[in-house]
Amino acid sequence: MTTEAIHDSHDNHDGEHHDHKMTGIKRWLLTTNHKDIGSMYLWFSFIMFLTGGAMAMVIRAELFQPGLQIVDPDFFNQMTTVHGLIMVFGAIMPAFTGLANWMIPMMVGAPDMALPRLNNWSFWILPFAFSILLASFFMEGGAPNFGWTFYAPLSTTYSNGSTAFFVFAVHIMGISSIMGAINIVVTIMNMRAPGMTYMKMPLFVWTFFITAYLLIAVMPVLAGTVTMVLTDTYFGTSFFDAAGGGDPVLFQHIFWFFGHPEVYIMILPAFGIVSTTIPAFSRKKLFGYSSMVYATASIAFLSFIVWAHHMFTTGMPLFGELFFMYCTMLIAVPTGVKVFNWVATMWRGAISFEVPMLFSIAFVILFTIGGFSGLMLALTPVDFQYHDTYFVVAHFHYVLVTGALFSIYAGAYYWLPKWTGFMFDETLAKAHFWCSLISVNLLFFPMHFLGLAGMPRRIPDYALQFADFNKWVSIGGFAFGLSQLIFLWVVIKCIKGGEKAPAKPWDGAEGLEWTVPSPAPYHTFETPPKID
Amino acid sequence: MTQTTDQNIKKTVKKLVLVVFAMFGFGFALVPLYDVFCDITGLNGKTNTEAATALIDGVDESRTVKVQFISRTAQGIPWQFAPMTNEISVHPGEMKLVKFYAKNESTRDIIGQAVPSVSPGVAAVYFQKIECFCFNHQPLKAQEEVEMALQFYVDPELPEDVKTLTLSYTLYDITAKVES
Ligand code: HEM
Ligand SMILES: [Cu+2]
Repeated sequence: MTTEAIHDSHDNHDGEHHDHKMTGIKRWLLTTNHKDIGSMYLWFSFIMFLTGGAMAMVIRAELFQPGLQIVDPDFFNQMTTVHGLIMVFGAIMPAFTGLANWMIPMMVGAPDMALPRLNNWSFWILPFAFSILLASFFMEGGAPNFGWTFYAPLSTTYSNGSTAFFVFAVHIMGISSIMGAINIVVTIMNMRAPGMTYMKMPLFVWTFFITAYLLIAVMPVLAGTVTMVLTDTYFGTSFFDAAGGGDPVLFQHIFWFFGHPEVYIMILPAFGIVSTTIPAFSRKKLFGYSSMVYATASIAFLSFIVWAHHMFTTGMPLFGELFFMYCTMLIAVPTGVKVFNWVATMWRGAISFEVPMLFSIAFVILFTIGGFSGLMLALTPVDFQYHDTYFVVAHFHYVLVTGALFSIYAGAYYWLPKWTGFMFDETLAKAHFWCSLISVNLLFFPMHFLGLAGMPRRIPDYALQFADFNKWVSIGGFAFGLSQLIFLWVVIKCIKGGEKAPAKPWDGAEGLEWTVPSPAPYHTFETPPKID
Repeated sequence: MTQTTDQNIKKTVKKLVLVVFAMFGFGFALVPLYDVFCDITGLNGKTNTEAATALIDGVDESRTVKVQFISRTAQGIPWQFAPMTNEISVHPGEMKLVKFYAKNESTRDIIGQAVPSVSPGVAAVYFQKIECFCFNHQPLKAQEEVEMALQFYVDPELPEDVKTLTLSYTLYDITAKVES
C-alpha cells in the first residue's frame, strides 16, 4: 500500500477495508497489528543476521591463514562471543517470532494476537537490548569476550568489564522472548476459530505452541543465571566462586539447564515450517500428523533432562555420564520419527521443486547430518576427544544454519507472495538457494575433519597442518556471506513489484492463510472463519 | 472479541506469569539443591567444611590408601604455598598430621583462603578433617611465613576400589572480600 493510500484511509474508520493505519514512523512505533509487528521482527532479525554475519567474516578472515594477521586475540574472542549471541538471540529467535506473529493468527482464524499491545512492547525493547550489547564494543575493555556460553569465572573474575552490559542486554532479550511466548500461548489457547480443535491445528502452530512453553520455562532460568553472574562480578556474592564457597561447575549446570532446551527452541519451529512446506509441494497430506505432534512434545520434554551432555568432561561420576548419554540418544528417536514422516510425505508425492521446497529438502538432509554428528557427540567416551573442537562447531552449524536458518528461508519464500502480493523472482531465488547450498557445505563440512584432527574451537591461530582446510572453510564462509545478499535483493524486488500473486500461489498449499487475498489485508478474520 | 474470550485470556496470562516467576525462582533454587546433591554424593569433590570428630572405631590395618597433596595459587595471589609432605600412606581410620608451608612474598598484608577439593570426587565425603587451615582465613603480613597444619583420617567406609586420594588446595586472595 502506498503512503498516500495509508493517508487517505487514516480517518476512514468505517470504510470498506477497515484500514486505520497511522502514517510514517508512528505507524511502526505504535502499531499493535500482528502483521506490522511480524514484519518488524523479520526485518530486525535480518539486520542482526547481517551484523552477526559481518563478525563471522572477521573470524574467517583471521583464520584464513595460520598466525595472527588481522585482529588481536582479545578482539577475536569478542567476535566469536558477540557473533554467537547475535545469531542466537538476534537472528534466529526473532525471525521465528516474526513468522509466529504473521502466521499464527491467520492460521487459527484469529483477528490478531491476543495481547496486541504487549506484542508491540516485546518487539520494541529488542533494538535496545542489542544496542546495549553492541555499544559495549566502544567501551573501555571492549565487548564480551567470554563466549556466548559466558562460563564463570571467565565472565566474572576474568571479565573485561563488559559483564554488566552483557547481563542487561540478555535481561531485556529474555523479557522480550517471555512476553512474546506468553502472547503465542494465550493466542493459541483462546483465539482459535470455533471448530478448530487442538488436533486440527496446523503443525506449524503446534510447534510454536510447544516452543513457547519451552521459552516460558527456561528464559527465566537464563535471567537468573545472568543475575548471579552480575552479582558475583560486582556485588561480592560467590555463586560460582570457589574462594567464597561457590562452584564454577554449578554455573555450567544452570546454564545448560537453560541452554539445551534453548537449542530446541531454535529447531522446533523449523520442524513446523518444513512440515508445512513439504506437504504443499508434494501435494499430499503430512504423513503421520499426530505422531508429529507427539514427537514434538516428547522432544520438548526430553530436552530438560539431557543438559549435562555439554559437560561430559567436567568430571561427572560414571552414573551421570551414562544417564545423560542414554537420555541424549533417546532424543534421536522422536527426531527420527520426524525425519521419517517428512520423507514418507514426499514418497510418491507429485513433487515440484519451487524454492521453498528446495530449502526444505536441503533442510531435511543437512539437518539430519547435524543430528548424526550430535549422536556422535552424545557418546561420552568419544566426546572427550571431540569436546571443544571444531567438530562441535560443525555439529551446531549444521543444525542451526542448514537447519534453523534454511527452514526460515523456506518459510520466507513460501509466504512472501502472501506478505507482499507479488511473486518473487524465481531465478534470483534459485541462485540464492544454490549458492547458499554449495557454499554452506564448503564452509561447514570440512570443520568435521578439522575437529577430528584436533583443532580446538575459539582460537585465533592454529597449527600448520590445519592450514589447507581452513583456507577452504574461509572461502566457503565468504561465499555464503555474499550469497545472503541475494536474498535481500529478492525480498526488496518482491516488495516493489512483480507478477501479481493469487490468493493461493502454490496449488498444493493448505491452510486458512491461503483463503484471504494476497497481499493479506491489514485485518483478517475479524469474523471467525468456518472450520469443518 | 467476546467477553468470555477476554476473561479466558486474562486467566491464561495470570497462570503463565506465575510459571515465569516460579522458574526464575527455580534457577536460584538450583544453587542449594546442587549443594545438597553434592553433599550427599560428593560429586564435586568438596570436602566437609566443618571439623570432624576423632574416630572411635579402630583402624583398618588390612588396607592402605595413598594420599597425595597438591597445591595451587589462584591468579593474583603473590604467595608461596606448598605441601611439606607430598604423599603419605595411611590405613583407613588412622589419624595423620601433615603441614603446608605458606609465605606472603609481597609487600602488603594479604588474607588468604585455601579451598580443598578431593579427587576422585566420590571419595570426598570419606576424607575427614579434624583440624585444617582451610577452616579459617589465613592473614599473613608482608613477607610473613607460616606452617599450617592439617589433621585428618580417611573413613574406613571408603569404597574398596579407591586406592589413591588426591587432595588439592587452591589458595585465593580474599583480602578485598573480607574488608568490604
Ligand atoms: C539428535 C539430536 C542432537 C544431539 C544428540 C546433540 C548432541 C550434542 C552434544 C553431545 C553436544 C555437546 C558437544 C560438546 O560440547 O562436546 C552438542 C552441542 C551443541 N548442540 Fe547439539 N545435539 C542435537 C541436536 C541439536 C540441535 C537440534 C541443535 C540446535 C538447533 C543443537 C545445537 C547445539 C549447540 C549450539 C551446541 C554447542 C553449544 C556450545 O558449546 O557452544 N544440537 N550437541
Ligand atoms: Cu545440548
